[in-house]
Parts: sequence; C-alpha cells; structure tokens
Amino acid sequence: MEKSTQINKKTFRKADKAKTRQRIMGIIILAIGAFIWFVLARTTTPGLETLFVMTPGGSLVKSPDLKFNTLVVINTLAILCLCFGIFQFIKGFGKYTNFVLILVGIMLTTSFLAWGASGGSINVGGMLRIMIMRSIPIVLGALSGILCERAGVVNIAIEGMMITGALVGAVVGSLYGLWAGAIAATIAGGLISIVHGFLSIKYKVDQIISGTIINIFTIGITSYIVTKILQEREWQYLNECGIFMPTSIPLLSKIPYIGPILFNHNPYVYSMYIMVFVLTIALFYTKWGLRLRAVGEHPKAADTLGINVFGIRYVAVILGGMLAGFAGSYFSLGSAGYFNQDMTAGRGFIGLAAMIFGNWTPVGSLGAGLLFGFAESLANNLALLRVPIPSDILLMVPYILTMVVLAGVVGRSRGPAAAGTPYEKESL
Amino acid sequence: MEEKTVSGKKNFLKIFYEEISRSSFTIIILAILTGLILGGILAAATTKEIYEAFDVSFSEGIKESLKFIWKTYSSLFLGSFGNPKKMVESLSSGDTEAIRKAFKPFLESLVVTTPYLLTGVAVALGFQAGVFNIGGEGQLFMGSIMAAWAGFTFKGLSPIIHVPLALMIGVLAGALWGFIPGWLKAKTGSHEVITTIMMNYIAFSLSQYLITGPFVDPNEAFKTPFIEESAHLFRFFEDPLRLHIGIIIAIAVAFLVWYILYKTTWGFEFRTVGLNPHAAKYSGINSSLITILALTLSGAIAGLAGAVEMLGVNFRAVQSLTTGYGFDAIAIALLAKNHPLVVIITAMMFGFMRQGSRVMQINTGIPIDIISILQAFILFFIAAPAIIRTIYRLKEPKEKDVTPQLSGPGEKI
Repeated sequence: MEKSTQINKKTFRKADKAKTRQRIMGIIILAIGAFIWFVLARTTTPGLETLFVMTPGGSLVKSPDLKFNTLVVINTLAILCLCFGIFQFIKGFGKYTNFVLILVGIMLTTSFLAWGASGGSINVGGMLRIMIMRSIPIVLGALSGILCERAGVVNIAIEGMMITGALVGAVVGSLYGLWAGAIAATIAGGLISIVHGFLSIKYKVDQIISGTIINIFTIGITSYIVTKILQEREWQYLNECGIFMPTSIPLLSKIPYIGPILFNHNPYVYSMYIMVFVLTIALFYTKWGLRLRAVGEHPKAADTLGINVFGIRYVAVILGGMLAGFAGSYFSLGSAGYFNQDMTAGRGFIGLAAMIFGNWTPVGSLGAGLLFGFAESLANNLALLRVPIPSDILLMVPYILTMVVLAGVVGRSRGPAAAGTPYEKESL
Repeated sequence: MEEKTVSGKKNFLKIFYEEISRSSFTIIILAILTGLILGGILAAATTKEIYEAFDVSFSEGIKESLKFIWKTYSSLFLGSFGNPKKMVESLSSGDTEAIRKAFKPFLESLVVTTPYLLTGVAVALGFQAGVFNIGGEGQLFMGSIMAAWAGFTFKGLSPIIHVPLALMIGVLAGALWGFIPGWLKAKTGSHEVITTIMMNYIAFSLSQYLITGPFVDPNEAFKTPFIEESAHLFRFFEDPLRLHIGIIIAIAVAFLVWYILYKTTWGFEFRTVGLNPHAAKYSGINSSLITILALTLSGAIAGLAGAVEMLGVNFRAVQSLTTGYGFDAIAIALLAKNHPLVVIITAMMFGFMRQGSRVMQINTGIPIDIISILQAFILFFIAAPAIIRTIYRLKEPKEKDVTPQLSGPGEKI
C-alpha cells in the first residue's frame, strides 16, 4: 500500500516536471514571438521591401529570387510564433516539441534577416551554402565523438586528431595529390586514436586525461613542425596542397533552391551526407551497432553475452579517430589550401557540443552542426546587413544555445551510461 | 633466519630496489627523464646539422646529436635560471647592473610562473572537489579584461584602494565565469567539461567585443587604454625587471587553498565529494552546493590569475587568441596530483620551461612548442606508470592504490 502511493507520487512528480518543461517551452516561444512583434516589426519602416537572393554566387543553376514586403512577412511570422507559443503553453506539442522549436528558430532567423536587409537585398542562398561548408568539420567531429562515446569511450582528443589530420593532409596532399592527402589524414587520425585507445582501454587511464594529453601533444607537435620545417623556404613546397574543387551532382544540383545550396560542393560535403546516413544505419540497424551500443551502455552485460568489449571499443575509437582525421583534412584540403596552426580553432570541441546537442545521434548532430555552421556564416555576413549587433556578440549565440540545451530546456540529453568508465574484466 | 644474515647486503639492496620501485616519486622522476630523452631525440631528428654529421660517419652523428641535445637543454636551463657562474661573479663584484643582468632570467621565470601557479591551483581545487574546470582560460580572460577596465576607469584613487579594487573585480568576473557552469551542473546536471569549454568561447568573443567596442582606446584600435599608474602591482626592482608582488599573492593563495582543503571541515567536504559523491550524499553533505562553490572558487582564482597578469605585466588588454595558461594548468594540476602545495613546484617547472624555451629557440633554433611536446610525454608516462615500469623493469606495486594514478573528474560526460 505504502509502496504504491510512493510510486504514484513519483509518477505525479514526473508528470509535473514534464508539465513545467512544457510551460517553460511555451513561454520561450512566446518570448521569441514577442521579440519579433515588438522589436523587429516595430523598428521596420512600413512599405520597404526585402530581396532574398537565392542563388549562391558563381552558381550556374539560377533559382528565382524572393522579394516581399518586409513588415507584412515579419508580422505574419510573429503572429504564427505567438500562436505556436500559446498552443505549447496550454496543450503542448508533445513529441513534436523539438520540431516546432526548430521551426520557430527558422522563423526567428528569417524575420531577423528580413529586418536586417529591409530596403535592400541579401544573398540567403550563398549564406546557406556557406553554412553547409562550415558545418563539415563540426558534423564529422560530432560523428567521431558519437562512435567513441556510444562504445563507452569519451574522446575529447578530437581537436588534436583534427589538427593532425589537417597537417598530414596538407603535406601528403602537396606531395601526392589531394586524394592521397585525405587518405593519409584519415590514417593519421586512426594512428593517434590508437594511442587514446591504448591509454584508456588497456591502461585504464582516465579518458579525459588521456584525451588532454593527446591534445597537448598534437597541438605542440604540429606547431613544432610548422615552425621548424614548413616555414623554411626550401620546404615550403610541402605546404601548398591546393583544394578540392566543387563538383555538382548531375541531376540533384539542377533542382531550384536546393540544388545549388546542397549539391554543388566539394567531396567533403557529400562524404558528410554519406557518413551521417551510413552511421545511422550502422549504429541503429545492424548487429554490430547494437553490440557497440550495448558495450557503451552496460559493458558487463555485453561481456556476459559474449561480446568482446575491448575489441568493440578499440574498433570504435580507431574508426572515430579516422573520422576526426578526415574531418581535419577538410581545413587544409577543402577550405584553405595550406596548413595553418590556428585553422581548427576549437572545432573539435564544438563538434563534441554538437554531439550532445544532437543527443548522440548522427541526424541530430547534423542538425546541431548546421546550426553552428549557420551562426558562423551569419557572423561573416553581418557586415553586409545594417544591423546594430557586433559580430562578436553574435558568435556567442551558438555557445549560449548549447548551454541552454544542456541545461535541459529542450529535454534532457542523456549520453551512453558507461561512457568515461574503463571496463575491467572480472577475473575468476 | 640464517639466509637473512648470509645475504644481508643483497637483501638490503633488494628491499631498497623494491621500495624505489613502488614509490610514486620514482615514477615521476623517470617519467620526466624519459620525456626529456624523447624530446631530445625529436629535437635532434629535426635538425639539419645532425644529418650532415651522420653523412660523415655514424659515430660523428651520435657525437653531434649528443652535443646538440646538451646544447638544447643547457640553453633551456640558462634561459630559465640564468648562468650560475655569472651570478656569483656579479655578486662578488657588487656591480648592481651586472647583478640585475645575471638574475634577470630567474626573476623573469618567476613572472611567468605566477599565472601558471594561480591557474594550476584553480584547476587542482576543482579536481579535488570532483569537477574538471577546462574553463581556466576563459575565466582568466574575463579576470584580465575586467581588471583592465577597473584599472583605466577609476582615476585618482590611492594604490592602496585601487589595486585591491581592480583585483577584486577581476576575481569576481572569473568567479561568475565559474559559477555559471557550477550552477548548471548542480541544478540541471549538464557536464562542466562542455559548459566550461562553451564559457571559454563566450569569454573570447565577449572580450574581443569589449576590446573593439566599449573598452577601446580612442587613439588605438583593438586595444584598451593603459591602466592608471595607481593600479600597477608593486614591483620589487627597477624597470627592466618585471618581478611583481603577484608571485607572493600566488603562493599565498596556494597555501590558503591547501589550508582550506586539508584543515577545515569545508575542505573535507570538498574532498569527500570529489572522492565519492555517493558517500558524500549519504553522509549528509550538500554536494550541489559544494559543486557550485568549487567551480566558483576555481573560477575566482583563475580570474585572479588574469587580473594579476594584467596589473603586474601587461597594463592593457590587447587582441589575442589564447594565452595557453588555462590549458597548461590542467597538466600542472595533474602532475602535482592536485595538491595545492605541490602545484607550486610543478607550476615553477612549467614557468621556467616556458621562459627558458625562448633562449633555447634563439640559441638552437628549436621552436618553443617543444615544451608542449615534453609536457605531453611526461604526462603520458605519469598517466600510464605501467609503461615506465616495463621500460625500467621496475616491480609492480603490491597494493593497487600505490600507483600515482592520475585521476580526473571521476564522472562521465
């Protein structure tokens, strides 16, 4: 009797919490709607028009531009937002909440862009294309993190593996061509990750410490090699790799709006799409993926069932390292055409944040990566808008957003249970 | 009984050997030694002259390599400590100019040690309470920029008021940067490793904005004005020597943190939460409060590091990427096994290496980055003592906990 009331109390409390979360969510959406209505709409001059250019610069496929009355569109979006907010506050969208939140986010950015470019034009197509490119290392880094953490190994050395990949990619790419560079970077990332696996799986060193050591080492050694060798005139030819040129996918790139933004890129973008797809299938629809997740959630149970915990962890860490190395080569072979010490600029850590943001799923982290990419692209384009917000302030937004997400506004994200704890086989 | 007397001497050696094998001190010394050897090999392997010597003959190459490694490490030593011979000479001659010159490297190393010591203590304090503060860099940034603001905004104050005021504002800024992740961890369970990294980026962007916007020097872009004379920290010597009172403050903070951690109830609760959060919970310790306090205090000390660096060395905030102090601090704390007093020694090691590496770069052309590589090697071997044991054929310790295992936050991301 006593027990059942306790359980009842517990479920009540749980329902209560969900209700509070729903209410908070509603208030946030309402606040966004109010912001669009009271701040953006009230400061727009009536009658001005905004032009959204939808064709990225240099694209052969032309998409029709969008031209609209700024105030009308902003007001409409604000009202829509307020409606969503009221519905969420009273009734709640249930399992569609996150989807609605993404929608509200898109509405907010649209009205912000319309407001900023009122009376002028902005190349939204180009911005979205850059968003895709900026998100590559973040998404690939997040996928690397997912592979490792789903198997129970925390990998904060992604940053270090990326910078190694960038250097190796640049050097091998300069010598033997771009594809060789990309492959070499992938292998280099794998080799570095073996050290991580060795330390954290075999020697059971705290995984965060092992990752920190690898980060210190790789950042030191790449910088050392650059100063000691690549900056010398006689070795300079080792750091002129060039970049992959965009190739458009035959049919898909002809689709108006979507084609030039999504399907006219260098191979890194396509490999990002493929990797997200492959990893989703591999993790959630194959026997191997089930085993990997079991090892990450409850290694002891997995071991009892005859799964080789150490083997699976090694494979996951090495594959993750290869992915991170490949992601790093994007910086030199896909974007800059040379290696530079500051080029990764913490993208590995942001990738980890994207992983958490995306709740340890490949599709989710693709979404999170795109968000981070959009913020970077927006910050770059801010000078074109006549907006009274400094770009430095805007650059903070994705980080603040990640913290808000982590704090559980969107629903608590929960990682694999055994991530971070070394597995010790019990001796008989 | 008989055997013991017969081979008494051998037994003694054996016991000695076993004791040495088990001591974590031996592991640390051997780790440092191995790290230095590997670093030396790397330095030699990337130097052209060595290859030229190997072309002549093998023995010539080896000789040249050893000479080169000796030169590298000796200039690292001379750059960080100064030349002992010159010190003695200058002291006996009594020439103040010569004395100053001879002791300059040593004193400069102490200047570099100051922020290392403070951030190291900050990270160690976090570790002791079971939180991993990677946000030292951001907290240091905030502390330094806010101290600069306090330094150039308030005018006409006496140094006795101005210096503590500016330090205090820096400390508060750092504390705020630590409090937010702490509060989030305690209230919502979001992991501090991610939130402190996020706070780092927010701090970089914010200070960038402040330097280009509200705090900008009207005459010079991307810099704040110089702080007022009254906000300068006390310097022990005349101008070229920059040694300031910050090192005393830093050592005092290290002792204070040691006292709090090991001699007060509060500190006991800190360490209990760090060692076993569950046990702490069942013994009635308010672990969320401890988590918040630990990160706030840790942030405050890192903020103090930034403020001291600003008021003692830089005098104005300029656009910069990272100082590296906040990240190196992790290694410093780990090497010291999170003991605040041992941090004094490890921070000196890092500070002296950083200072000496500049001289080393000039003398041998080996880039400063070799310091990071050395640090990584040393940490690698300390983290996995089993590798060192295998290399040097040391005995395995009987009890498990004798190994100097590096311990992190003890909780998953």
